[in-house]
Amino acid sequence: MSEAQTQIPVTVLTGYLGSGKTTLLNRILSENHGKRYAVIVNEFGEIGIDNDLIVESDEEIYEMNNGCVCCTVRGDLIRVVEGLMRRPGRFDAIVVETTGLADPVPVAQTFFMDDDVRSKTKLDAVVALVDAKHLPLRLKDSREAEDQIAFADVVVLNKTDLVDDEELRSVEATIRAINPAAKIHRTERAGVALDQVLDRGAFDLSRALENDPHFLEAHDHDHDHDHECGPDCDHDHHHDHHHHDHGVSPIHDVTVQSVSLRGGEMDSKKFFPWIEKITQAEGPNILRLKGIIAFKDDPDRYVIQGVHMIIEGDHQRAWKDGENHDSRLVFIGRELDAEKLKRTFEACQAA
Amino acid sequence: MPTVAPLDLDGHCVAATFVADVPHFALADGHVHRLDHGHKSEKVHDGLLAATTDLASSRLVTGGEDGKVCSTKADGTSETLAELGRKWITSVACGPQGAIAYASGRNAYVRFADGKVKEFVHPRSVEGIAFSPKGMRIGVARYNGATLHFPAADGKPTELEWAGAHTGITFSPDGNFLVTTMQENALHGWKLVDGKHMRMSGYPAKVKSMSWSAKGKWLASSGAPAAIVWPFQSKDGPMGKAPLELGTRGNMMVSAVACHSADDIAAIGYADGMVLAARFADQKEVLLRRPGKGAITSMAWDKEGRRVVFGSESGDCGVIDIAG
Repeated sequence: MSEAQTQIPVTVLTGYLGSGKTTLLNRILSENHGKRYAVIVNEFGEIGIDNDLIVESDEEIYEMNNGCVCCTVRGDLIRVVEGLMRRPGRFDAIVVETTGLADPVPVAQTFFMDDDVRSKTKLDAVVALVDAKHLPLRLKDSREAEDQIAFADVVVLNKTDLVDDEELRSVEATIRAINPAAKIHRTERAGVALDQVLDRGAFDLSRALENDPHFLEAHDHDHDHDHECGPDCDHDHHHDHHHHDHGVSPIHDVTVQSVSLRGGEMDSKKFFPWIEKITQAEGPNILRLKGIIAFKDDPDRYVIQGVHMIIEGDHQRAWKDGENHDSRLVFIGRELDAEKLKRTFEACQAA
Repeated sequence: MPTVAPLDLDGHCVAATFVADVPHFALADGHVHRLDHGHKSEKVHDGLLAATTDLASSRLVTGGEDGKVCSTKADGTSETLAELGRKWITSVACGPQGAIAYASGRNAYVRFADGKVKEFVHPRSVEGIAFSPKGMRIGVARYNGATLHFPAADGKPTELEWAGAHTGITFSPDGNFLVTTMQENALHGWKLVDGKHMRMSGYPAKVKSMSWSAKGKWLASSGAPAAIVWPFQSKDGPMGKAPLELGTRGNMMVSAVACHSADDIAAIGYADGMVLAARFADQKEVLLRRPGKGAITSMAWDKEGRRVVFGSESGDCGVIDIAG
């Protein structure tokens, strides 16, 4: 057997045309951060950098077996990643840029579904760039813009200089309504610190949710924590957070909803069959799920995450002294029955 | 006793093969190494993605990340046959009358011996490409099936449909069957005379290596902890028949297969670098090489059927002399 190979992290960059993806990519390729990135783009196009680690690839959406969305992968990525990984040592990480209209799910699923890709790489985070000025319009005319936000771990709210404070607050509230678990960074000219978008470990169970105050404290109504909105942030968190568990968001053009669940210690014999059943039955409607589960008589926190029907879970670390043994789970998706999820989740609590 | 002459190289071996009876090793970094009275190497590509020999094994045709298609002879001289700029050449094939085919993105190209090139555009990516042994015909593996083109003539291609992503492709030596590897853990086959389907499934992993036996009566494949060898003796191929399972190991996947140049014997390479030879008739096995550093990626027999070249993903390559 070959010596254990470290898995190369992969960052997926989504966002509409004009949202600033190319600007961010150019920064990733040119800034002096001491790391080398292989970049998979749909078209060399505007990237004005000549670098043999930039690979052009046609987006190929391949449905497997039965045509279920949960088994859809990006065939071209399988081929390109396999090719790149035959020459390891040339780069430290991979960035996949998707086209503006791309559905991020097949990209992400490629890194879970394909054994070869999975053995050599690991999905690090899905980053969505959003144009602060044009997002409301995008949400009106496409479902993809919404999907990209719903699916993201990090949202870069770009071009904030083109909107006034009120517009910005409203756009950010919309993003929060679609995805309460993502980190949001307000930027101009995609000027986000690169360490806030790269090497995030968002799919790494040992790191996931660890530094995710919005997720952890979504319902605490205690917002003294170090939030992610930037130094000029002055919006009212209480106001934003009221959307979270109200099913479909009040914003007219948003069809994605999130359901945040919270309970006490869970009975593992009830929880696992439940999450299995929910993801099997509702998989196509679930874009992402993330959670921290406290099991009765278990000294360790259990973290769980999922994409459609694919779920992964593991013990993360011991509960700290004085930490509340609470279980929290967020579903982001469409046509989710919030009441039923809440009821059945609570029924998994240990007696 | 078989003896192994090792050749330790640095990097993933894309193809190990014989060119004019000289062992050649095409590495992903773009170097082509050969064992011709000592170890020699040439840099052919900046990144090599695909390699195959022509029908007479007189040259190695390679495709690269540098957008080039090159031909390298056993004396190390190399010539560029085609250039597509910054696009990756992901698949190459050699056909009759000096023709070659190559693929990049959604396009397949056939280059005739006189240098004339014909382009075939597809709605989806060309995942694999192969020549039919008979006539000037190519097969393209694509999403939801395969497409057959007749590059020497104008006219519509033949479309063979089967849902799913088809990644690799091979014609049987008699030209009667077309078989594809799939993104799913399965092979799919068509009987070309009537388009009848053949489903060959049950693999625990993706099939990445296929090899026809010398007379085309068997198709050996990787993708399981044994070489799965499908019978193609009857006119309906393997339908309704069980495949042979050769070289079964408890917990180690077969990663490459290569059938002997004359007899019904296959060299079987494993994910741990071991190589066995197994005879179809009595399933008798001979150990050819102990486990090494990485999975076997490619193997080939010489014309006499005495030597096997092998390459691995870790670069520990070599030549096995069966007779010792």
